[in-house]
Amino acid sequence: MTKEIIKIEDLKREFTMGTETVHALKGISFIINEGEFVTIMGSSGSGKSTMLNILGCLDQPTSGTYDIDNVSIKDLSRNELAAIRNEKIGFIFQSYNLLARTSAIENVELPLLYNSKVTSEERRERAIKALEMVGLGERLHHTPSQLSGGQQQRVAIARSLVNNPVMILADEATGNLDTRTSYEIMALFQELNQQGITITFVTHEPDIAAFSNRTIILKDGLIMQDYKNHKVLSASEQLAKLPKEEPVL
Amino acid sequence: MRLLNLLKIAFKAIVLNKTRTLLTMLGIIIGVASVIAMLAIGEGSKESIRSSISNMGSNMITIRPGADDRGPARGSGGDVQTLTLQNYEVLKDEATLLSYITPVVNGGGQVINGSNNWPSTMYGVNPDYLKIKVVDLQSGSMFTDAEVKSASKVAVIGQTVVDNVFPDGQDPVGQMIRFNNIPFKVIGVLEEKGENTFGQDQDDVVIAPYTTVQKRILAIDHLNQVMASAISEDDAAEAVTQVTEILRTQHKLMATEDDDFTVRSMEELISTFSSTSEMLTILLVAVASISLLIGGIGIMNIMYVSVKERTKEIGLRMAVGGKGADILVQFLIEAILISITGGILGVILGLSATVFIEKFLNWPTSVAFYSIVISFAVCAITGIFFGWYPARKASALDPITALRYE
Repeated sequence: MTKEIIKIEDLKREFTMGTETVHALKGISFIINEGEFVTIMGSSGSGKSTMLNILGCLDQPTSGTYDIDNVSIKDLSRNELAAIRNEKIGFIFQSYNLLARTSAIENVELPLLYNSKVTSEERRERAIKALEMVGLGERLHHTPSQLSGGQQQRVAIARSLVNNPVMILADEATGNLDTRTSYEIMALFQELNQQGITITFVTHEPDIAAFSNRTIILKDGLIMQDYKNHKVLSASEQLAKLPKEEPVL
Repeated sequence: MRLLNLLKIAFKAIVLNKTRTLLTMLGIIIGVASVIAMLAIGEGSKESIRSSISNMGSNMITIRPGADDRGPARGSGGDVQTLTLQNYEVLKDEATLLSYITPVVNGGGQVINGSNNWPSTMYGVNPDYLKIKVVDLQSGSMFTDAEVKSASKVAVIGQTVVDNVFPDGQDPVGQMIRFNNIPFKVIGVLEEKGENTFGQDQDDVVIAPYTTVQKRILAIDHLNQVMASAISEDDAAEAVTQVTEILRTQHKLMATEDDDFTVRSMEELISTFSSTSEMLTILLVAVASISLLIGGIGIMNIMYVSVKERTKEIGLRMAVGGKGADILVQFLIEAILISITGGILGVILGLSATVFIEKFLNWPTSVAFYSIVISFAVCAITGIFFGWYPARKASALDPITALRYE
């Protein structure tokens, strides 16, 4: 039996703006199983960001249930939510959100600093391992300003992996990167997914969705489409097809 | 473990902003340094007053005729003749808490040696005088009880008198001088004591047996004063009471009558002057404390800016599992680290400033250990107090808003 990582039922989220009530999510249900690579798509105003915040345990639904790794996050306190984020979710952001003037390895260690069960030796070991997984084993001590955009995002991916989360949650993770680099990053995601890591990727770019094996499309706070992708493109193959970059003279 | 991690994070943040941290610290450094230096100056002057009064004889008790003249109707003590030689004799026999006692009669006059003359004051005393005033001879000897009994015309003179009537450096011991035209043989010179706390030259004196001064110079029977010293500083207050009782009996005063004499110990004098300098110290420290307060506000300001500037970082920390309390503690530790490091540097600067003041300005200083402890504690409290609000603000941020903050 496959393990349910995410289980959402009739999820609603309302915001009160002055006297008006905005229904951002109007009743959403889906399940994400272990090992899936899901993209959540939608244009702005579709409820995508709200969905992302709730999936990331940064926000709580107004009604409905949300279980992550069989833990119901409804009625959890701020601190309990923080613990869930620390242990079960790996975040990746569009703008990397690395700590400036701080080495790659220290950036990757960050989530473990908030986990008192991890000793400092173990922390370092795991950070090195995570950086090696994303191909940055040689750049442990580089600071973000010494790394390219793609490399910075790799550091961020390593940071999301370091706490062995049940799911990686990426928010427009390729949004700041050029096509070539974003294909490289997608290839890395596919590779990680093949190793069994569950990935939820929030994006508005359709070509990114083609690399995942399932797509959920939101519109006006409801699921418009939820389909399995039977012809998953390989990002590394796509990368090979891209025209070779002209060497800069 | 967790706290250690937070300490590391806070330390890192401080190191990353060296210049800004140092500038923030400057407020605390200057504040602490000035508190320590001001307290050292205050303590120093208090101690110098105390020691210079002690130099005059800390156990010293003076008995003057006439009621306490500190009131508005000031009676001229000199004219009152209620203090007699007999009073002195009885005190000498009965006052068990006194170790030394001397009658004092004094009068001004010209000291003359050949063509040199100098206006000075002659004190008629007994040999106990030197013990009471805690003064030694630099040459010659003091007159003896026998010389007192025989009212010999011998004198011991102070350095100022020596300088003025023996200007050519001649040894005065053995020489003859005249005081108000009465010839005296100089038998000793007092060691130099300089000015006392009140600016009075303590070396401008001529000392002679009281019998001689009473008969030959002043032609009086009563005493101007009786000086004594208590057996110890702690007994001074009790000795005052004892002397008062003996004198009241002697003067046959009824219980309802006021004293017709005044007994005072040095302790009273010390406390009067100490309280003046204490007030000055409080004033100085108050001013210094204001700069410490401003230093604290500086920390608050910079922490506040820092929280604003690092909003996105705070959002990230929360997203990866930092709890509100973690963020609060991190920023609080940062504030405390800044203020405590500033405190340490301030203590060092304050101590150096104190040494400088002592060496180059020749002001008496004395660093009280408690001033270091207090200013250090104040620093830590400042850090917590002024760091709390910004840290609290940081910890209350909504992670979603913080992450989106540009």
